[in-house]
Amino acid sequence: MAAKVWTGGWGAPAWTLASWSCALLSLHVSFLHSKLDVTVKESPTWALSGVCRGRRLTIFSLELKFQAGPGWPWALSGQWGLRAGPSVNLGLLQRQSLLDMSLVKLQLCHMLVEPNLCRSVLIANTVRQIQEEMSRDGAWRGAAPQSVGRVPLDRLVSTEILCRTARGPEAGHPVPDLGDDPLQGPVSELSTVSSAQVPRNPQSSLWDSGNPRENRGSFQKSLDQIFETLENKSPSAVEELFSDVDSSYYDLDTVLTGMMGGTKPGLCDGLEGFATAASPPGSSCKSDLAELDHVVEILVET
Amino acid sequence: MAGAGGGGCPAGNDFQWCFSQVKGAVDEDVAEADIISTVEFNYSGDLLATGDKGGRVVIFQREQENKIRPHSRGEYNVYSTFQSHEPEFDYLKSLEIEEKINKIRWLPQQNAAHFLLSTNDDLRINLWHLEITDRSFNIVDIKPANMEELTEVITAAEFHPHQCNVLVYSSSKGTIRLCDMRSSALCDRHSKFFEEPEDPSSRSFFSEIISSISDVKFSHSGRYMMTRDYLSVKVWDLNMESRPVETHQVHEYLRSKLCSLYENDCIFDKFECCWNGSDSAVMTGSYNNFFRMFDRSTRRDVTLEASRESSKPRASLKPRKVCAGGKRKKDEISVDSLDFNKKILHTAWHPVDNVIAVAATNNLYIFQDKAN
Repeated sequence: MAAKVWTGGWGAPAWTLASWSCALLSLHVSFLHSKLDVTVKESPTWALSGVCRGRRLTIFSLELKFQAGPGWPWALSGQWGLRAGPSVNLGLLQRQSLLDMSLVKLQLCHMLVEPNLCRSVLIANTVRQIQEEMSRDGAWRGAAPQSVGRVPLDRLVSTEILCRTARGPEAGHPVPDLGDDPLQGPVSELSTVSSAQVPRNPQSSLWDSGNPRENRGSFQKSLDQIFETLENKSPSAVEELFSDVDSSYYDLDTVLTGMMGGTKPGLCDGLEGFATAASPPGSSCKSDLAELDHVVEILVET
Repeated sequence: MAGAGGGGCPAGNDFQWCFSQVKGAVDEDVAEADIISTVEFNYSGDLLATGDKGGRVVIFQREQENKIRPHSRGEYNVYSTFQSHEPEFDYLKSLEIEEKINKIRWLPQQNAAHFLLSTNDDLRINLWHLEITDRSFNIVDIKPANMEELTEVITAAEFHPHQCNVLVYSSSKGTIRLCDMRSSALCDRHSKFFEEPEDPSSRSFFSEIISSISDVKFSHSGRYMMTRDYLSVKVWDLNMESRPVETHQVHEYLRSKLCSLYENDCIFDKFECCWNGSDSAVMTGSYNNFFRMFDRSTRRDVTLEASRESSKPRASLKPRKVCAGGKRKKDEISVDSLDFNKKILHTAWHPVDNVIAVAATNNLYIFQDKAN
């Protein structure tokens, strides 16, 4: 009943595990600070796909094949590396990044030189579109089907930032400094299988939705405030928006300026092809693969 | 050839556009207040007005034939300049009032009853009688009961040049509504609804944003109208609501860069467009201080640049070309080298002659045809 710990590195073209003492029951893969979901497809092949959220966009797919070897009930052999995942995986990642960017833009709309209601409306519509597609597209694959449209959409919304208005008790929640740990990201939006529950990062991340009940409808309500402010261009409302902001909010500025200035590498490079058809990122992924020096631990529990 | 306005004068490649004048500071550091926000010729073309974000209006007058200074004929020189708007604070409503000049419109006739449309915010259009300045009549109001339900705003509006009861307004969803004020006082019901069906093969998350109309202009004839969205200029026949009669691509090479342009907010830039006097050509701006002209009859187009480098008197403008991908030819500019901070949002075309005024940030360029 030994638990075998296996470690490997990116770039290794092939590896072979010596032995497993018994059947694979669950698999946890951790990739630095990101959590990956395990989708059990069909025995004896497991396919893992996930997202590493950080400075690089990396899509990978890992296939583990199990076969019996002589003298051992199980032998594990496999190959891993980057290969172009199906376009839906690429789309999911890009979509999430686009959603995040849009939410930041919405929240910072009052910091523009000229208030622009049209721009905010267009961004809000884009957010809604993304959320609708996410919920339609099997982003909740495997999870219990949501009864009403509203709930799953709101779960995806970052409301921590949007709730930072004069209104709510949610305001005053300090915004974590993005500069510290850009690798901290949301739980992968792929559904979690119950047998492989990925624990949520206890330290709340910027984009992590909290209590779904609190978040329900809050995106819409936040839009109300944003649009009203822009329509009236009222200084007093703008002051209200800033009243609960602590200084850490302004620390975002350096990070976001970098983001807006396009210095965040890889975000739009990969997303450029998104406007039309999703193109296989094979070549760009391979270069990331070569540069990454990450260690992956696979813990096998029995 | 379409339209009124005298004998057809095709533009674009058939003519040689030459530099005439440039107004404005040469400074690299541009103050926000100096950015030109509107350019408009008057009905004869003898007067040219610009407004800027600082609330200043400058009116230029065209020099007439002058025996003493023969070369100055056709030049525009400052006639008058004044501060039109000051930043204000309405203490009663607790409203900040911007001083930026959004639009300048010249009045065609003196002492005639005039109406003016104002679309000061994105949700309403008001009608003003020029002699009654303390109140206006609201003719379009799309503000929803709950602001959170707002998904579409008004982006531009214009009166028909000949039928004073007809107006059009465009929206952020790429639609145009034509209203007749005679049929109902409140134009919440449109007489005509113009919308091009979406091409499903090019659908993306940015489709709605790039379909948002930034400008709408009637042709001088009143038979057509032109709309500008992010990537194209469309000409519509007022009798056909289902689709435009012409579509001209302004900078199609930007389609693959939409995500970057969304990130740096350029995708929200509001470009204007204009007709030439005979409605045979249209013009609009782009990035890198480029502007584009489309000849509707010959279907030819040209890209020109407003730059200090080509600002020698009567120097011909050389057509520019952007390389979208692959091997870049000599004299071509690659898409990645374009300066997205240098955008030409406002252009105006003389109502009769081939003279154009192009606003490049804080500079006003005037070009004319060599034959002029």
